[in-house]
Amino acid sequence: MIAIVDYGVGNLFSLQSSLAAIGQTAQVTGDPDALLRADRVILPGVGAFGDAADKLRTTGLAESVILAARAGKPLLGICLGMQLLLERGTEYGVHPGLGLIPGEVRPIAETISPQAKIPHIGWNALRFPENRSPLFRGVKDGDFVYFVHSFHGVTDKAWVAATVDYWGTLTAAVQRENVCGCQFHPEKSGEVGLRVLRAFCEEGALW
Amino acid sequence: MITKRIIPCLDVRDGQVVKGKNFTDLRELCSPAELAERYSREGADELVFYDITASHEGRKLFTDILRETARRVFIPLTVGGGISQLADFERVLDCGADKVSVNSGAIRDPDLIAQAARRYGDQCVVLSVDARRTASGYRVFAKGGREDTGLDAIAWIRRGVALGAGEIVLNSIDTDGVKGGFDLEMLSAVCQAVSVPVIASGGAGCAEDFLTLFRTLPRVDAGLAASVFHYGQVEIRTLKASLKSAGIPVREVEI
Repeated sequence: MIAIVDYGVGNLFSLQSSLAAIGQTAQVTGDPDALLRADRVILPGVGAFGDAADKLRTTGLAESVILAARAGKPLLGICLGMQLLLERGTEYGVHPGLGLIPGEVRPIAETISPQAKIPHIGWNALRFPENRSPLFRGVKDGDFVYFVHSFHGVTDKAWVAATVDYWGTLTAAVQRENVCGCQFHPEKSGEVGLRVLRAFCEEGALW
Repeated sequence: MITKRIIPCLDVRDGQVVKGKNFTDLRELCSPAELAERYSREGADELVFYDITASHEGRKLFTDILRETARRVFIPLTVGGGISQLADFERVLDCGADKVSVNSGAIRDPDLIAQAARRYGDQCVVLSVDARRTASGYRVFAKGGREDTGLDAIAWIRRGVALGAGEIVLNSIDTDGVKGGFDLEMLSAVCQAVSVPVIASGGAGCAEDFLTLFRTLPRVDAGLAASVFHYGQVEIRTLKASLKSAGIPVREVEI
């Protein structure tokens, strides 16, 4: 069973539908114990980092996500959910994240040319490091996925699983063993996105 | 490199997709979910669902159609028409919408933009503006293009972005339905005024109109159209192939 963490943010309906489209049943849940019973956990999210981190903590879901990750369950953060995997966010003040992957969330404006429009909205090409994560086994370098964000994860390249060129180089995916995250929306990235979700849901090593 | 987006717009009325010239002469066509699925397969980058009657008749969007579409189509969905309060955002976001487009509702209550941006993020709030040339410059029209609001279009768009709109859809009433190409002049003025993505709407009559749009105005991020797609004058896969061969970055889908 795949658990989709419901803490009141994000388009969970589309995520659930995309999983159904690849033959997976997912349970949308706000119950911390349900995450511990799940085989895999997906942490979605849109909106501001601080609010989301607070909600995860006050509901007890943060602790469960961390426990599930430590137990070796495959964990996938999407968009803000990916950012929350890092140590801290810097949107409207500094807020602690889940700290599952070293690094912090910074405005993309710091990294890219001032000519760039922000937010980074639209379909852009994934670029992979030489040692590609099994999460992207169904995807080619240059395949397009859908991004909507103004912040991104700044982390050691050891944890960067994909990048995207947008007037500079931004983090498109992170991974540390069983903990992975996509800045883009696989549930909104057509067939390519479904392949990423399929790789995450299938049996077999993720790293 | 980020690609230019091609966005079919589905005007929904009584559960059917319709297309009218200059907002009138409504005609029934077909099932929105089926059409959405077909466009997605052909390479549409995003879809806009518009309840074109909601703003003046207070009709609620057909959220079951939206759900049905979100169940089958895995590209971004923007919903507009009759969005006048935060509860309307909630209602459509719960049914699979990713972005919500505000128009008349934001003119009545500009704070709606700020409230929605705070709650759902800037990226969720699309400000859609129907504008037309007047003796005193570009003006915003409401109620499906029938009522002059007196607002200067450029000033309104600037204000909307300052309040938190993450994207602008500029629909030129002057070129809408005429099929003579997008309103490059008006779009250029908007692109110079704001730094968020701008989506061009109104006037597409053939594939060349999209090429002219992106060539002339590299700051325009997307082209939106309805009838040229609905009536098959422009096929999305062919359009994208021709844009690509002309050097415009687009996303192509495998057959």
